[in-house]
Amino acid sequence: MKYPKNGRFGEFGGKYIPETLVPAIEELEENYLKFKNDKEFKKELDYYLKVYAGRPTPLYYAKNLSEKLGGGKIYLKREDLLHGGAHKINNTLGQALLAKKMNKKRIIAETGAGQHGVATAMACAALGMKAEVYMGYRDTIRQKQNVLRMNMLGCKVHPVKSGSKTLKDAINEAIRDWITNVENTYYLLGSAVGPHPYPVMVRDFQSVIGNEIKSQMKKINNKYPDTVIACVGGGSNAIGTFYPLVDSNSEIIGVEAAGHGLKSKMHSATLSAGSKGVLHGMMTYLLQDSEGQVTETHSISAGLDYPGVGPEHSYYKDTKRIKYHSATDAEVIDAFLLLTRTEGIIPALESSHAIAEAIKVARKSKKSESIVVTLSGRGDKDIEEVQNYLREHGKN
Amino acid sequence: MARIKEKFADLEAKNQKALISYIMSGFPNEKATMSTVRGLVKGGVDIIELGFPFSDPLADGPVIQNASTVSLERGTNIAKFFSLVKKIRKETDIPLILMTYTNILYHKGYGKFISEAKKAGIDGFILPDMSIEESKEYLQAAKNKADTIFLISPNTSKTRIQKISKASSGFLYLVAVFGTTGVKAGIKKYTLDAIKQAKKQTNGKIPIGVGFGVSTPDDVRKYIKAGADAVIVGSAYLKLIEKTPQDQLESKIASFTKSLKKQTLL
Repeated sequence: MKYPKNGRFGEFGGKYIPETLVPAIEELEENYLKFKNDKEFKKELDYYLKVYAGRPTPLYYAKNLSEKLGGGKIYLKREDLLHGGAHKINNTLGQALLAKKMNKKRIIAETGAGQHGVATAMACAALGMKAEVYMGYRDTIRQKQNVLRMNMLGCKVHPVKSGSKTLKDAINEAIRDWITNVENTYYLLGSAVGPHPYPVMVRDFQSVIGNEIKSQMKKINNKYPDTVIACVGGGSNAIGTFYPLVDSNSEIIGVEAAGHGLKSKMHSATLSAGSKGVLHGMMTYLLQDSEGQVTETHSISAGLDYPGVGPEHSYYKDTKRIKYHSATDAEVIDAFLLLTRTEGIIPALESSHAIAEAIKVARKSKKSESIVVTLSGRGDKDIEEVQNYLREHGKN
Repeated sequence: MARIKEKFADLEAKNQKALISYIMSGFPNEKATMSTVRGLVKGGVDIIELGFPFSDPLADGPVIQNASTVSLERGTNIAKFFSLVKKIRKETDIPLILMTYTNILYHKGYGKFISEAKKAGIDGFILPDMSIEESKEYLQAAKNKADTIFLISPNTSKTRIQKISKASSGFLYLVAVFGTTGVKAGIKKYTLDAIKQAKKQTNGKIPIGVGFGVSTPDDVRKYIKAGADAVIVGSAYLKLIEKTPQDQLESKIASFTKSLKKQTLL
């Protein structure tokens, strides 16, 4: 869906927002539409993506891993090599540049694992702006290193102690800040969620991933990949990977966090186990109870620990264009270790969900098949979490 | 749904403006809510807004957020809420408005939720995250059943005020300040200007109620003087409820309400 009419992907999306935010959202959409095709803007963004963030990122053939599994060839789209260590910088550079064009002096953002917070702090520093980041209190503890990085970058981190103290609550608090300071503040949302035009704007800024995959695979194989896989929390790296390929013949698989298992209630697999609802300004699939109260989620990866999902993913789930699977914490740890040890690449726990699925797909596929996995971030931030997991499960 | 309209007509005849009080149902428990309602009625409140808790109240400040969390933890659910409304209805004919978030209605189905709420005795709805653009289904479901009270803000454009007021019934809710509920901002000039603008754009077709950060008799007096047809006081009530023992709740609420209501007599 190119540009969603009325902000809707089928029945999903929309703008369910307090009236105070309406002028800000309208101003944002107007400016986004004006600048997205503006030659100067594109040139400037391309420049920063190239020499600041490090694009294009390589598409790496994971030979050792592929041979070990004995099936198709696994290629890793190395978003982990970007400045800041994750795909998040693609979007923050785009939006920060837009905010600058809109003369916004104050930037706020939410973050789950801290990667979007770090990428916001970096983009804002590079473009000479000030950022403040909301982060669930629980996440500030399990992703402490990223809090320290944000502080070093001169960015104020507000720990959020309401609700489940994770990403969902960080978004609530960022929206409350935006309502209060709407006149001078730009809300730099990090995932393909929220009210229109955020889901489509974030998708567009992240689509550089899928577009590069297409041209890189053309060069390597002279065709698009047979299968494309990415992890889905809010779903920004996934939609950026998938969107340029939705009209191709590639099989597309999004991987959600199954936590302790889909029957355990301790998971964040919104598309696999959720129902339709309204949260954070959008209609989408949600994890909620029988009365419409949003339920608490669990994932070993803070970045996927979210009860909603981008509305465009909900649309592709219902139209069946994209398959949405899930990986449990245990599968994720196995995938993390396997990739680390076979290829010397430490993936983020978020991205390890995609690796876990790739392992399953590779085992069942022919050697001639190609599987592209978006490695959305690097796992340095997760070393402690993984070590704790291994210790608790007697594997260390 | 006639109750709200009749109330405003009645007040006009008596040369009064409306005091609307917001409380969170089930905070800190159902017994307290009943005592509070009795205190409100005794104190002369004109309309009661009953909050139904939502897990993610993104338009609310810390006081109402906390009340939502406590209410949910103590087991408030839709069935209990409707039976509470029925209980209130046995004691008073005062207009009752339900304030909650869109997902609560959407999840049950707008039509089903609104029918059940009306049957219990609810006269109207306030959904702070329901924008006019997304409201078609909601409006259809509420038609001839309940009032749909939409919100406007000091930054809402003139044409938008007209558009929103056309979809609104009961009254039009003007958010006084840039911020969430319970914010302490004092009386701003932009709010007074916004009241005048709202009155001008709606041309007396619908009453204007001012809420968010309205907490003292002095606030009430100033907003009424600026032209508001109603004022809504919320967080100040929840703070009072929180610090008042159950056996004094009814009388304390009654006397606070009296002090606010006094300022609405012209």
